[in-house]
Amino acid sequence: MTVALSGKEIASQIEEKYPDSIEESGQDSLVVKIDSLLAVAAFLKDTETLKFDFLNYITAVDYFSYFEVIYQLTSLEHNHTVIIKTRCYGRENPEVPSVISIWQGADFQEREIYDLMGINFEGHPNMKRLFLWEGFQGHPLRKDYLQ
Amino acid sequence: MEVSSDKEYIYSSTELDRYEGQVIEDVKASSQESIPDPDAWLEEELSRNILLTTVDAIINWGRRSSLWTVSCFPACCAIEIMAIEGPRFDLSRFGMDILRASPRQADLMITAGTLTWKMAPNVRRIYNQMPEPKWVIAMGACGISGGIFRSSYSVVPGYNKIIPVDVYVPGCPPRPEALIHGIRMLQRKIARTPVVPDLPELPLKGKQE
Repeated sequence: MTVALSGKEIASQIEEKYPDSIEESGQDSLVVKIDSLLAVAAFLKDTETLKFDFLNYITAVDYFSYFEVIYQLTSLEHNHTVIIKTRCYGRENPEVPSVISIWQGADFQEREIYDLMGINFEGHPNMKRLFLWEGFQGHPLRKDYLQ
Repeated sequence: MEVSSDKEYIYSSTELDRYEGQVIEDVKASSQESIPDPDAWLEEELSRNILLTTVDAIINWGRRSSLWTVSCFPACCAIEIMAIEGPRFDLSRFGMDILRASPRQADLMITAGTLTWKMAPNVRRIYNQMPEPKWVIAMGACGISGGIFRSSYSVVPGYNKIIPVDVYVPGCPPRPEALIHGIRMLQRKIARTPVVPDLPELPLKGKQE
């Protein structure tokens, strides 16, 4: 079975290379600061002992004061998995760097999050709505969305 | 039942052969004359081929007895359509088991499932491509009113916002029996449709003002 790695353990490995890049870490996940997300993602994919080469999913949560974007990563080689999160503040135009250059599978999922949550993924080559139509007003999965 | 002692009950094979031979001999003896062909009615051709009816009745009979459904099933009620198509409920009994892949060859649309606003223009387009006369059965809660998704931001609250609906079949999903009942109701509706449509009134000179 796939082993869920401890967030604390991974965080200490990341901190060695990128100090001050982790916001907090717990048993099952770690929160990465948004500025160092791309560097940490590349580190997680390329390090020989971690090698997270597969992105299971991306999802997002609206906590009113901030949006949290969640990535589950799996290493098909080592058969282990981890959940990393990042937070972006502000409701007007929240922006998160796109990980499409690291995991190609992020393409449609980032577009879906943009469609339903209104989080803009910086660096995505085709950042437009996926499910709803052009001209739809608002982002319906936000907590303050009213018809 | 009494068994007479002088009767031998164990038949020999010779005896069976003899019995079989007798059957063949009997058939041969009684089959010397040929049986007349059943063509006597050909003489009375005219009297058998006159059917007195109205144009409305005969055309409506034709229309309702061969409803062809267009393959436009946006969601999960289509699973019930498959059951109705299958041998247990057997839609062939109503002359309508053929699902047309092209709307131009169909005259019935069974709206099986939830319709989103993104899909709505395409459904209306399929409906517009069907030739007249055409009918629509709204199948299931979503087809009637949007069902549990009625208040959603992306769901059309009922097909009658997009196309005119003839028969509503409730259920989530409706049982095949319910849909068959709906089809029977549609057939009764078709039977009462006037074939010649009401023509628009001609503008008369005296009426123009």
